[in-house]
Amino acid sequence: MVELLAKYNYWIVIILLTTGLYGVMARQNLIKKIIALNVFQTAVLLFYVSMSKIEGGTAPVLIKGAKQIIYDNPLPQVLMLTAIVVGISTTAVALTFVTLIYREYGTIEEDQILELNKHND
Amino acid sequence: MIKHLPALLIVIPLLAAIITPIIGRIHWVLSWYTVTITTFISFVISLSLLQTVLLQGDISYWMGGWQPPWGIEYAIDNLNVYVMIIVSFMALAGAIYSKNNINVEIDEARKPFFYSVYLLFVTGLMGMVVTGDIFNIYVFLEITSLSGYALIAIGKKRQALVGAYNYLIMGTIGATFFLLGIGYLYLMTGTLNIADLAARLPEFYQTKAIFTAFTFLVVGLCIKLALFPMHFWMPNVYTHAPSAVSAVMAATGAKVAAYAIIRVMFTVFEPEFYTLAPFNIQPILLILAVAAILAGSIMALAQTDIKKMLAYSSVGQIGYIVLGISLMSVNGMIGSLIHLLNHAMMKGALFFVVGAVVYRTGLTSIENFRGLGKKMPLSMAAFTIAALSMTGVPLTVGFVSKWYLAVASIEIGMWWLVPVILLSSLLTAIYFWRIIDAVWFKPALGEESHGHEHDDHQKPKSNDAPASMLIPTLTVAMLCLVFGVFAYAPVSLAEKAAVILLK
Repeated sequence: MVELLAKYNYWIVIILLTTGLYGVMARQNLIKKIIALNVFQTAVLLFYVSMSKIEGGTAPVLIKGAKQIIYDNPLPQVLMLTAIVVGISTTAVALTFVTLIYREYGTIEEDQILELNKHND
Repeated sequence: MIKHLPALLIVIPLLAAIITPIIGRIHWVLSWYTVTITTFISFVISLSLLQTVLLQGDISYWMGGWQPPWGIEYAIDNLNVYVMIIVSFMALAGAIYSKNNINVEIDEARKPFFYSVYLLFVTGLMGMVVTGDIFNIYVFLEITSLSGYALIAIGKKRQALVGAYNYLIMGTIGATFFLLGIGYLYLMTGTLNIADLAARLPEFYQTKAIFTAFTFLVVGLCIKLALFPMHFWMPNVYTHAPSAVSAVMAATGAKVAAYAIIRVMFTVFEPEFYTLAPFNIQPILLILAVAAILAGSIMALAQTDIKKMLAYSSVGQIGYIVLGISLMSVNGMIGSLIHLLNHAMMKGALFFVVGAVVYRTGLTSIENFRGLGKKMPLSMAAFTIAALSMTGVPLTVGFVSKWYLAVASIEIGMWWLVPVILLSSLLTAIYFWRIIDAVWFKPALGEESHGHEHDDHQKPKSNDAPASMLIPTLTVAMLCLVFGVFAYAPVSLAEKAAVILLK
C-alpha cells in the first residue's frame, strides 16, 4: 500500500489523463475542450519528468568541483521542452480556430454550431 | 553535398517555407514558383536516394555528426525511400495543380501563407519518413498535423473551420497517445533510436509496460490514419477543405501515417513480439480492417456530395492497407505497400478532377456531374481511369494490390477474406458507376428539355480545366495505368522492403 502511494506522481498522471480525456469528450464549449486537451497533454509532461527522477539525484546542472553527485536524467526533461512547445503551438492554433468559428457562427457551443451547419447543407 | 542529401530533404522545404510568405508579398505567383521548385528538388533528392539505396544499400546519416544512439540518425532503407518518392511526387503534382485551383477556393491575400504552410506540411511528412529516431517521428508528426489543420481551415467555407477544429482535437489526442507510448519505451530501454530500440526490446517483450507502449503507439497512429472506428474527423475535413488540400492530404498524409504504423509494428517491434503479447493483436487489426473496408464502401454509397463520397471511400481504402499489415505475411505486406502507392495516385487523381469541376462549375454534388463528359472530356477520362483502378479492374494498378492481398489471405488460410475484397470491389464499382454513368451517358442538367434534334449541329463546347490543372491530373491518372501494366518496378521494391520487415 505504502509502496503504491509512494508513486503518487504516477497516480496524478493517470488522474490528469482521464480527467482531460473526459473533458474533451464531455464538454460542449469549444474553449473548455481546449482546456481539457491541455490538461491531457500536461499529464504526459509529468509522466516524463517523473521518470527522469533518480533517487537522491539533483537537478542536471553541472556543479563545479563537486564529485560523486548523482544527477537526474536530463533527456526526458529536454524532450518535454519540445513537447511544451508543441503543446503551446497546438493551443494557439486551436484558439485561432475558435475565434474564427465565433466570427462565422456567432457561438462557440458545439451543439449550436452543428445545428447551424445542418441548415446550411 | 551528396552525403548530406537526407538532411537537405528536410532543410530545403523548411527554409523555403520561411522565404515563401516574404517573396509572396511582391506577387503571390512567386511563392507558387518557390513551392514548385522546392517540391521538385525534394522529388529529385528522393530519386537520387533511391538510386543510392538500390546500389549501395541502406543509408545512415548522423545529424550533426553525432554517433547514434546518442545523436539523431536519419536511416533510409527500401521502405522509406519508397514512401518518400510517393510523398514527394504527389506533393509536386499538388503544387503544380494548386496554381489555378486556389484562385477559386482561397482568398487572394492568403495565397502566400497557403504555400508557406504547404511547404511545412511537406517538411513534416518527409521528416517522419526519413528519420530513424522515434521521438523525431513525434515532432515531425506534430509539424505535419499543425500545418495540416491550417491548410484545411484556409479555405473559404466556414464548415472547414469546424472540421479543422475537430481534426485538431482528435489529432492531438492521437499524437499525445503516441508520445505516451514513446515514454514507456524510453522508460524500459533508455533509448529513442529505432535501430537501438529494436535491438534492446526483445528482452522486455513479455512485460506489461511494453505491451502498453505498443498499444498507445498503434492507437495513436490509427487516429492519425483514420482507421475505421477512429475516422470521424476525416469526412468533414476532406469535404470542406480546398480540393488541392484534400488531394494532397489524402494522397500523402494518410500514407505517411500508415508508414509510421508499419515502422512501429515491424521495425521497432519484431514479429516475434506478436506471439508473446498477452492477447492476440492480429485478429483485432484484421477485424478493424474488414469493418473499415465494408463500412467505408457502404457509407460512400449513401453520399450525394462527391467529396464526401471520396472521403468515405478513403476510409475503405485505408482498411485495405491495414488488412495487408495485419496479415503479417510477405505477400500481405507487398499488397499493403502497393496499395499505399495506388491509393495515393487514385485518390489524388480523383480529388484533382473534383477540384477541376469545382473550378469550372463551383459545385460538388454528384447530380452536377451529369453531362460533364462532353464539357470536360480529358478530366473525366482521368476520373474514369482512376475510378476503374479504384474498383480493381485488371491492367490498372488497383488490381495489383488487391491481387496480392487476396493471394496473401489464401496463403495463410483466411480464404473468407477473398469474398470480402470482392464484395467491397463490387460496392466500389456501384458507387463509381453512378458518377461515370452520369458523366458520359446523361445530358447535362437543364439541357434535357431542349430536345436533341436541333442540338446536333452545335456540339457542346469543350470547357476543360486549364493546362496547369490538367497536366498533373492526367499524369497521375496515366501512372495508374502504367504501374498497372508494368507493375514489376514498384512490386520489386515493395517486396524487398517486405522481406526485410518480416525477416
